[in-house]
Amino acid sequence: MSGNQAVIAGIGHTEFSQNSGRSTLQLAAEASLASISDAGFSPAEVDGTVTFSMDTNDELALIRTIGVPELRFCARTRGGGGGASATVQLAAAAIESGQAEAVLVYRAFNERSAHRFGQPIQTNPDPVWNWAIPFSLNTPAKVYSLTFQRYMYEFGLTNEDFGRYTVVARDWASTNPNAQFYERPITLQDHQDSRWIVEPILRKLDCCLESDGGVALLITSAERAADHGADFVPILASSAVLIEGGHEMFAYYHEDLAEYPEGRILGQRLYQQAGLTAADIDVAMIYENFSPIVFLQLEAFGFCGRGEASDFIKDGHIGRDGSLPVNTNGGLLGEGYIHGMNNIVEGVRQLRGTSPNQISGAEHVLVSAGRSGIILGR
Amino acid sequence: MTTVLPPIFDFDDAFFWEGAKKHTLLIQRCGDCNVLRHPPTPLCANCGSMNNQTTTSEGNGTILTWIISHHPTEPEAEPRIVILVELDEGTRLVSNLVDLAPTHNHVLNDKRVEVCFIDYDGTVLPQFRLAQVQP
Repeated sequence: MSGNQAVIAGIGHTEFSQNSGRSTLQLAAEASLASISDAGFSPAEVDGTVTFSMDTNDELALIRTIGVPELRFCARTRGGGGGASATVQLAAAAIESGQAEAVLVYRAFNERSAHRFGQPIQTNPDPVWNWAIPFSLNTPAKVYSLTFQRYMYEFGLTNEDFGRYTVVARDWASTNPNAQFYERPITLQDHQDSRWIVEPILRKLDCCLESDGGVALLITSAERAADHGADFVPILASSAVLIEGGHEMFAYYHEDLAEYPEGRILGQRLYQQAGLTAADIDVAMIYENFSPIVFLQLEAFGFCGRGEASDFIKDGHIGRDGSLPVNTNGGLLGEGYIHGMNNIVEGVRQLRGTSPNQISGAEHVLVSAGRSGIILGR
Repeated sequence: MTTVLPPIFDFDDAFFWEGAKKHTLLIQRCGDCNVLRHPPTPLCANCGSMNNQTTTSEGNGTILTWIISHHPTEPEAEPRIVILVELDEGTRLVSNLVDLAPTHNHVLNDKRVEVCFIDYDGTVLPQFRLAQVQP
């Protein structure tokens, strides 16, 4: 590994809850300081930041809060949670190009107690919604379901198939003290008893857990991380994928609606960069605003064939003692929805050997946000 | 009574909504290379032309995918069937299927549909009905 290799040197987060009781800036600051301290750095050494375009915590407000004197690199990823792993890509690009030496990645919101993403849109926010809102596509669950239904139809799936993912996620969460569903596993019957959100695709337990909280990462070079005594994890590959006709919400205009083309391209790029194949991945952290998107990504990344994700999950591959443990923190359905960033934290934990659901011998972890992804490794 | 949130007329798509008011389903067409595109864009990605014209769709198409849409916070509101239609001209359009009970005991994929226009309190939307003849 070259000394210039970008690594995740520190991870930090607040508790994940339904009502944090404090400002999003405080959540961002707490998570940021935790990640800086975890890496053995001081705030004064941070010289770059990355967050989401949607994040409401201004860079200047944050550095004034935590005592960073000066930044020379600031970037934000477009869109929503699909860009979660792109935060790491941007930070790594800054480190490896020499634009910055210590980049703080942060994302914090009160997404349950304040603005809830899952609530219906009351006024048309932008002309891009003209092709959705008047026709009553007014929540993310409905917007996504319109593509998921084609996948169900082509491969003969029912909502019960999606429930099998939720059962696994809630099993992982049940032994993760940081998960909001700690010690609360469910059965498939519980899933089937939960109310419909979008017939005949999604029930309540297919939906991620709107949450309050903050997550931060400290990204630097391997050499600098080693100098600070950090337990660092190299970023072996990183990429984002945006395609003509694609969209994180309105993915209705690409050729084949029963596949996830961005994920397929992303997987190919990441494996090529890292010199790995799907078979080399020990743990996969897969962004799931809704359970069906795990199915599409398992297929896109080549963990199973097209239309085979349902059997792959039914056969136990993604759970305890499975061949490919998936979302070992409980994922965004079980641990909490911090816009996908908490899945990166769990990826780092798996490679440090500090996960509450540690997979022994984990060497390569894929962290996918669907439209961006990273492979972390030892 | 179905309440519809109206579109925001934009430079790039006002023609579509004006067309709907006149009960025509318009598809943006490049005046130079004739490629059709939807949703509309200010210039043609195929040839770069800004000579934006339209073609009037025959209004026939096939349902690719569909959902039942309940209003999450207004349980009294009537559910609507949302569909993604592939028009015979080749472009795709999000719309609604009307004149059919909004229950999920249907298989609507690949069903043939034909356009109709409904005025929802001043907002005219292209909507679809199942065609008389199915394959």
